[in-house]
Formats: sequence, structure tokens, C-alpha cells
Amino acid sequence: MTHDAASPPYLQVDDLRVRFSTADGEVRAVDGVSFGLQRGRTLGIVGESGSGKSVTSLAVMGLHDPARTRITGAIKLGGRDLVGLSDGEMRKLRGRDVAMIFQDPLSALHPFYTVGRQLVEGYRTHHAGASKAQARQRALDMLDRVGIPQPDRRFSQYPHEFSGGMRQRVMIAMSLMNDPALLIADEPTTALDVTVQAQILDLLADLQREFHSAIILITHDLGVVSQVADEVLVMYGGRAVEHGTVAQVMRGPQHPYTWGLLASIPSLHGDPEVDLKPIKGNPPSLINVPSGCAFHPRCAYAMKPEPCAAQVPQLLAVQADGHRVACHLPEPQRISTYTDEIAHVGVAQ
Amino acid sequence: MSEALLRVRGLTKHFAVRQGATGAKASVRAVDGLDFDVHAGETLGLVGESGCGKTTTGRMLVRLLEPTAGSIEFQGRDITTLGRRAMRPLRQDLQIIFQDPYSSLNPRHTVGKIVAMPLEVNGIKPAGGVKQRVQELLELVGLNPEHYNRFPHEFSGGQRQRIGIARALALRPKLIVADEPVSALDVSIQAQVVNLLRDLQRELDLAFVFIAHDLAIVRHFSRRVAVMYLGKVVEIGDRADIYERPRHPYTRALLSAVPDVAAFGEQRQRIRLTGDVPTPLNPPSGCRFRTRCWKAQDVCATEEPPLVAREGSAQQVACHFPEAVGVVNEHVSEVAA
Repeated sequence: MTHDAASPPYLQVDDLRVRFSTADGEVRAVDGVSFGLQRGRTLGIVGESGSGKSVTSLAVMGLHDPARTRITGAIKLGGRDLVGLSDGEMRKLRGRDVAMIFQDPLSALHPFYTVGRQLVEGYRTHHAGASKAQARQRALDMLDRVGIPQPDRRFSQYPHEFSGGMRQRVMIAMSLMNDPALLIADEPTTALDVTVQAQILDLLADLQREFHSAIILITHDLGVVSQVADEVLVMYGGRAVEHGTVAQVMRGPQHPYTWGLLASIPSLHGDPEVDLKPIKGNPPSLINVPSGCAFHPRCAYAMKPEPCAAQVPQLLAVQADGHRVACHLPEPQRISTYTDEIAHVGVAQ
Repeated sequence: MSEALLRVRGLTKHFAVRQGATGAKASVRAVDGLDFDVHAGETLGLVGESGCGKTTTGRMLVRLLEPTAGSIEFQGRDITTLGRRAMRPLRQDLQIIFQDPYSSLNPRHTVGKIVAMPLEVNGIKPAGGVKQRVQELLELVGLNPEHYNRFPHEFSGGQRQRIGIARALALRPKLIVADEPVSALDVSIQAQVVNLLRDLQRELDLAFVFIAHDLAIVRHFSRRVAVMYLGKVVEIGDRADIYERPRHPYTRALLSAVPDVAAFGEQRQRIRLTGDVPTPLNPPSGCRFRTRCWKAQDVCATEEPPLVAREGSAQQVACHFPEAVGVVNEHVSEVAA
């Protein structure tokens, strides 16, 4: 994978805010998130339930209901802003320039139509001139490419005739039909067994090398991110709290929430007799997000009330190139705290 | 070694199903002859992928499912065929925690009522009253005892799982079957619940059968581990043996497939299994893993390998061609099948 720092990002998200109106009040699901992503690179977005990671990706796909969602900011795909595009314009982009792989392929595939018919439909929507035979050939090629044996026979089968792992391969084949420049995979392996997960992650990495697409991988699993992503964006309470290359975030994390995530998961290599170090408390409500830094009520290092409970920390660059952190603690203190207190706990050892 | 608290021999569960347009009878061989012991105060982890029979096993242990064959002995007494009434006093010692903290709590009962239910059903009147006992239990699992009158929907997922744990502890059991107790929870909450279970184990000398698909969590929680594949135990042993010196090819493949943050940046030799787990309706002859195994020979299709220990080691493995004793997992040299 070549990484040309000078080339402009294919996807550029600036100050994205997504809000829903509900009977209980306004949900600030995404609250000012910015990041860029180049072709050929994989960005892992990590966070727990309610962190805003899936809402961010659905905004890029234009899949929020405009009647009950307010989206502000910019989502530029190849230079073109998607925020405010009409349904019709969005439909032309979706599937062709940006495609999505969902967590649960059984509910994302139509149970009444054969897999082949669904693949062909996706292709002909964006290739008006293509004949049925051409579309069929493309579908067979893609099924073969994602490692489905006997694509001829599988083409005319229904989704229920496939196993979980094979169904996820069908989803991937479908997302690749139109050679999209950006692929969003939302928990693509969460429903799969670990040996099948390994197959699918290898496949995604192979396909990325071949098609040179940008991939956003949304997951709660730091292990998956550490294995396949180039960059990581850690989200909490609808905001980005840390962003950097995988090496920066895994080897020298600077946000206390990232530390908490790393210390919460047991490793296959650590001392199993040492207790895990959980983050106390629960993730916040997005209707009533804590003041200042959303993480401050759970943070062991927060300076209260000022500034942590009062001001929202900005996602600012730290000394390491391209590494950004949203935390009020001074950088030298973050580095020494991590080295002295965190690095030996959980997986970080 | 002391006498086992729980002794399982030849435990089997076949589900009858009808197949296809003709409705031909067939059976799903979900669990097919398990042998294992659990001692007082220890944890046996059961790991495996979906369909390996780990949940079915857990449910048979607490008699929520009737075994097709085999025996379950608890404290030296055969409980395999005890009726409901005869089982009731034993339920005090044998409890279960479920995976889903949403569907396993009655939404119309208060937390107080949910946690008190086992006491009520068994006609137990604790000294100091039911309410006091329930509040002690809530405190024990880290919930506010004042929340006695709240309903399940007022709690988060992690707190609900604590309610399920308090209910399981109400009768002071000796053995708890925990079926994926943390897999529905967020990462930061998983660690809270795992630590709670460990504290309770130390404090109350509980034995656990800990069922999970997450190998790292099982390693963290279990002193002994059994690896299951298609209704069989393929390898069982002490934690260090299973994780550092696995001898069954499936155990090695499973461990090598785990994306582990701690291994970030290391070039690990990886074993990639091809294909999916075969259906338990028609499991492969001989060794059930042979269809995905890179070591398989003709004998694997004809003879089922027994689960045996070798050379004074407690580690048992069911394979015709196991790794030599003591080979450390890092030195894996085979490539994917």
C-alpha cells in the first residue's frame, strides 16, 4: 500500500453534526467530527454503543431520514459536498462511489430474490447501457473474487441457502460490483465466528490492495482495528477524542478513554491473574451529554470543575505527526501518565 | 485431587428434526459424548464457535434441557433423571446466568421481586427478612440497594447483568453456569462484570462453568479450559497448556485467528482455516475437524480419535496427529490448508 501524504483525501468530513429530534429532546448523535481519508487507506472508527460511529457512516451514505435528522457540516467525496444533496443525486452516488457492508447480511439481503438477481440489479442501476449478460458476468466474477465456490450455482440461490460467512462474502461482492472508491464496513465481522472473521478480514485487505479503495471500518473491537486499519478514530459521546495512525494510537495513546478501552480487554498474552482495569460508570446519554469533556464523569484524571467539566476540549495535534487528541491534560502529563500507570495494564503490556 | 463437584460422563444431546419435503426424520447431534469434571471453587471454561454445543451443554448441566444419553453427577449424586420436585433442593446449589440481560429479566417485576424469586420458589425465609437479603445481594453485585423498587428498563445493560448475577447468588449456590455473561455488553462494561464475577468467586468459593466464544475472556477467567468443535471436546487442560502449548490443530487455528491488540506490529505465523463448520445434522465421519484440517490423513476419516492424555500430562487431546507435548504455540510453521 502506498501512502502519498501530499495527495488530497478522497473523503473529507468537516465539523459534521447529526441531530435527531425525539419526544425526549434533541439527540446529538454526532457533535462536530472532522477527518480525512485517502484512497488505499483503511480508517478504523472505534467506540462503544452510542458513540456516534454508525451515525457518522450513515451520514456519509446519505441514509438518514431527512424529515427527522438535522445534518450540518461538510462531507466531501472526491471534492463534492454530499450534505444537502437531493435523494435522486444521492442515489446516483450510492453503490457507485460509496458502498456499504452491514453487520447482519441476513437482514441486508432481500430474502425473496436470488443472490444473482440482487447483484445484477445493483450493477445495472449504475450501468444503464449494460446488457443482462454483461451484468451476470460481472456478478459471477465478483462472487468468484470474494471466494465463493461454484459461483454459477450460487448465483441462482437465495440468501438463506448461504452460511453466515458466505453471506457476508455476498455482501462484499455486492458492494464491489460498481468498483466504489469508498467502502464503509459497519461491524462486518461482529456476527461471525473467529475463524471466519479472520477469513473476511484477510479478504477485505486483499480487495483493498486490488481495487485501491478507501475503507472505513466501524468496530468496537480494538483487536480487529490493530490488525487491519492504517488509521484510528476513537469516538466517545458523539465526538472524536483521538485520531492517529494505528501505531500512534496503539503504542502511545494519549486520551484517557483510549487507555480505558485498552485496559478493559484481556489479552492472550498478559498475566491472567491480574484484574482488568475497567472504566467506571456507563456511557453517556446523547440527549443529556455531560458538560465540557463528555468523558469527564468517568475520567480518573479529570481536572474538575475547570477546565474538564466546563469546556469542550478541541481535537488538537500533538507532537507526533498527524496524531490528534481532545483532552485538557497537558501533553507531557498524558505521556508520563500513560507510561507510568497504564502501559503495563491489560493489553498494553 | 478432591472429589469433583460436578462429574459429566458421556453427555449427549440429539435434537430430532424433520428435513426436506418428505419430512424425513433426522437428528442434530448438538452434543455428542462429553466427559469432564469441575471441582469446588474452580472455573472450567468452555470455548468454541457457534454450533459447537457449548450452550446446549450449559443448559443440560442445570437440567433446562434433558440429555439424550450420559450422566451428570453433582456432589456425588446422579442428577441426570431427577424429576422437577427432586431437582428443586439441588437448584439452590446449581444456578445459571444468561447471555441476554434484556430477555432474561421479567420487565413487569421490580428488581426486588426478581432477585427474591429464587427464595420465594424454594420457600426460604432468610433471617432478617427477604428485603434485607435482597438488598445485601444488590450491594454485593455493586448495585444501589435503594433501587430495590425499580424495574429492569431503568437499568443499563451492565446493571441488568448484575441483577441476573444477584438472582443467581440468592440461594448461595456452589456452581454457576455462566453462558456468555458479558458478550452483549460494551467493552468497558465487560471488564466491570468480569471483575465482579472474579471477586465473587474468591469471596464465596464459587465454581463456574464459563461458556464464551471470546478466547481472551475465557483465558482471563478460567483455570481449566475445554475447546469444543461440533459437539465434541477436542482438547481440555490447564489454561497455560491450552493457550501456550495447544496440541489440537483446531485449538491452534482458533488461537491464531484471534485479533489481539497485544500482538500489534508482530509478524505472527497465522493459520487460516478454509470453509465453514459442517452441519451437526451430518457431521463428518471419524474426526469431525478433518474437513478443515491441514494435517488430515486417511485414518482421520475412518477412526474417531479418543480424548486422551499423554505422558503424565493432564492435558487431553482428541487427535491422531497432535503436536508433541510442550511445543510452544509461537513456533507455528504450517501454512493454511
